[in-house]
Amino acid sequence: MEILKPAAAGTLESSDAQVTVEPGENGIELSLTSSVMNQYGRQIKATVLETLERLDVQNARVTVVDKGALDCTLKARVECAVLRSCGQSAENIPWGGAIR
Amino acid sequence: MKNAVGRDIPDFLLKDGREVYQGKNYMDGKYIRKASPRTRRCEKPRESKIVDSLAQALRDCGAKSGMTFSFHHHLRDGDFVVNMVMRAAIEELGLEDLTIAATSLGNAHDPIAAYIEQGKVVGIQTSGIRGRMGEVVSAGKLKTPAIIRSHGGRPRAIEGGEVHIDIAFIAAPTSDCVGNCRGVGGKSDCGSLGYAMSDARYADHVVVVTDCLVDFPNMPASVEAIDVDAVVVVDSIGNPKKIASSAARISQNPRDLMMAENVAKVIASTPYFKDGFSFQTGVGGPSLAANLFLEQYMDQRGIKMGWAIGGICGPMVELLKKGKVGKVIDVQDFDLDAVNSIHRTPGHYEMSASQYANPANKGAFVNKLDFVVLAALEVDTGFNVNVLTGSDGVLRGAPGGHPDTAAGSKVCIIVTPLTRGRMATVCEHVVTVTTPGDCVDVLVTDYGIAVNPLRPDLIECLDNAGIPHVSIESLKEKAYSLVGRPDDLEWEDKVVAVLEARDGTILDVVRKIKPYQPEG
Repeated sequence: MEILKPAAAGTLESSDAQVTVEPGENGIELSLTSSVMNQYGRQIKATVLETLERLDVQNARVTVVDKGALDCTLKARVECAVLRSCGQSAENIPWGGAIR
Repeated sequence: MKNAVGRDIPDFLLKDGREVYQGKNYMDGKYIRKASPRTRRCEKPRESKIVDSLAQALRDCGAKSGMTFSFHHHLRDGDFVVNMVMRAAIEELGLEDLTIAATSLGNAHDPIAAYIEQGKVVGIQTSGIRGRMGEVVSAGKLKTPAIIRSHGGRPRAIEGGEVHIDIAFIAAPTSDCVGNCRGVGGKSDCGSLGYAMSDARYADHVVVVTDCLVDFPNMPASVEAIDVDAVVVVDSIGNPKKIASSAARISQNPRDLMMAENVAKVIASTPYFKDGFSFQTGVGGPSLAANLFLEQYMDQRGIKMGWAIGGICGPMVELLKKGKVGKVIDVQDFDLDAVNSIHRTPGHYEMSASQYANPANKGAFVNKLDFVVLAALEVDTGFNVNVLTGSDGVLRGAPGGHPDTAAGSKVCIIVTPLTRGRMATVCEHVVTVTTPGDCVDVLVTDYGIAVNPLRPDLIECLDNAGIPHVSIESLKEKAYSLVGRPDDLEWEDKVVAVLEARDGTILDVVRKIKPYQPEG
């Protein structure tokens, strides 16, 4: 998927993550902050990158402000932000395909 | 050298006879020599000890750089006195190289962090360390490692001369003109002044700071004029709203209530649950709610609680007033119901921290405790508990009376949710051991109960009562299956805090954290 416009998903509540995606040209540029960085920073980064790869996002600036979200939450927030950025969040969501 | 809980204690700390933790009751029967303060005679009668300012009081007590000042934490997060005194010492008198020896420190003391960064405060000895101060100490900015002690370990260290207090500052809700102090009767009441008592008796000089001067004699005095050098009257010693909450409310959270009910079930299944039993509970959600369920079991069996100790709050005072507990002995008060009850409700007494929990005296109350219910930040599969460092390795808690009551009691129950946000409370290795596993008996979580294998007698009690329980390993695996297995924290060599066991041996150290920084 191609990031067409800036979009965000998620909140800054505890146990959530706020994910923002913006168009980019140099691959994935990830900026990550987390309240559980020292113990889960590597896992959060891996989860975000895997999810982007599954959505076939090649170029994007991605900002994740994590407040201790579980992996499932992180995935959902990344997916939602990406779909919103390319206008696909209203219908024809690829459930079971790129989204699983 | 590895200690009895498997922690590696660096050799440079093991000097002057200091040993690593060897296990519960290791020091039993050994002799200590008590320290004695060098105090000034006040032989000539004087009408009053009131001086104009903190700066004047400091000068009168011979304050100079390199000294140790002590404080107590009954004003909790409402305290103004620590900041006020340190500002006078550093900014008015120009002192440096100071050590703060406090019974606990909290978010109210954020301004001290700047004095640490400036190198004016070079030592911290405390139970609690939180907020900005926790962050700067964790970042290695304090010149010497902070020393963390339990509430019982502190009076032991003071009486044994390991902490020499040059000037003790007593934050007194009321005082008379010569320094008889009480925790009630003023505008910033805190109730008990139990933690300040050893300080007043063992410090070279004692300065009382009050915002409510009352007629002589202020009786019954918690800190007595015979120990006091000077009295300073200030506008306000603290923010009453943060000193005592209006009333500690019992949680309505169904998860807390479920855990509390299980705590009460465990207690009721043991042979120690009989008429006259003794009890201490914390004021956290599920710990406090245990009172409610325990009362039901007491009514069912027609028994009463003999006595309760600890930090006291409203629900315990209620039980006292209803005649369901014989005596309440109080080292600190958490809410206005408790503040307004001490010395008033018959059977509600005050005690010193030494009397409460000191392992080196001959009869601390904790040694007669049947049950204690405590919270935890983390518990590991060896039943070791951490209540000091966050899972990110930063100082943000306090051992308080946790290790003392756990060691003294017949049954120590830890109650905590299995996970908090993404943090696994039950884990493989706690970040810091603050209460050793040989003192912890039962763990109650929202996903099950585990009993320490060191207590087959309790396992039998639970089995006989039909209370299901699981291994602590299975709880840990359940937690990791929910939140993922955390990476190990990475540390630098630098030791930022030394955690003393209550007997004075070294239980653990906290090193400087190496934060994870994702590249790109």
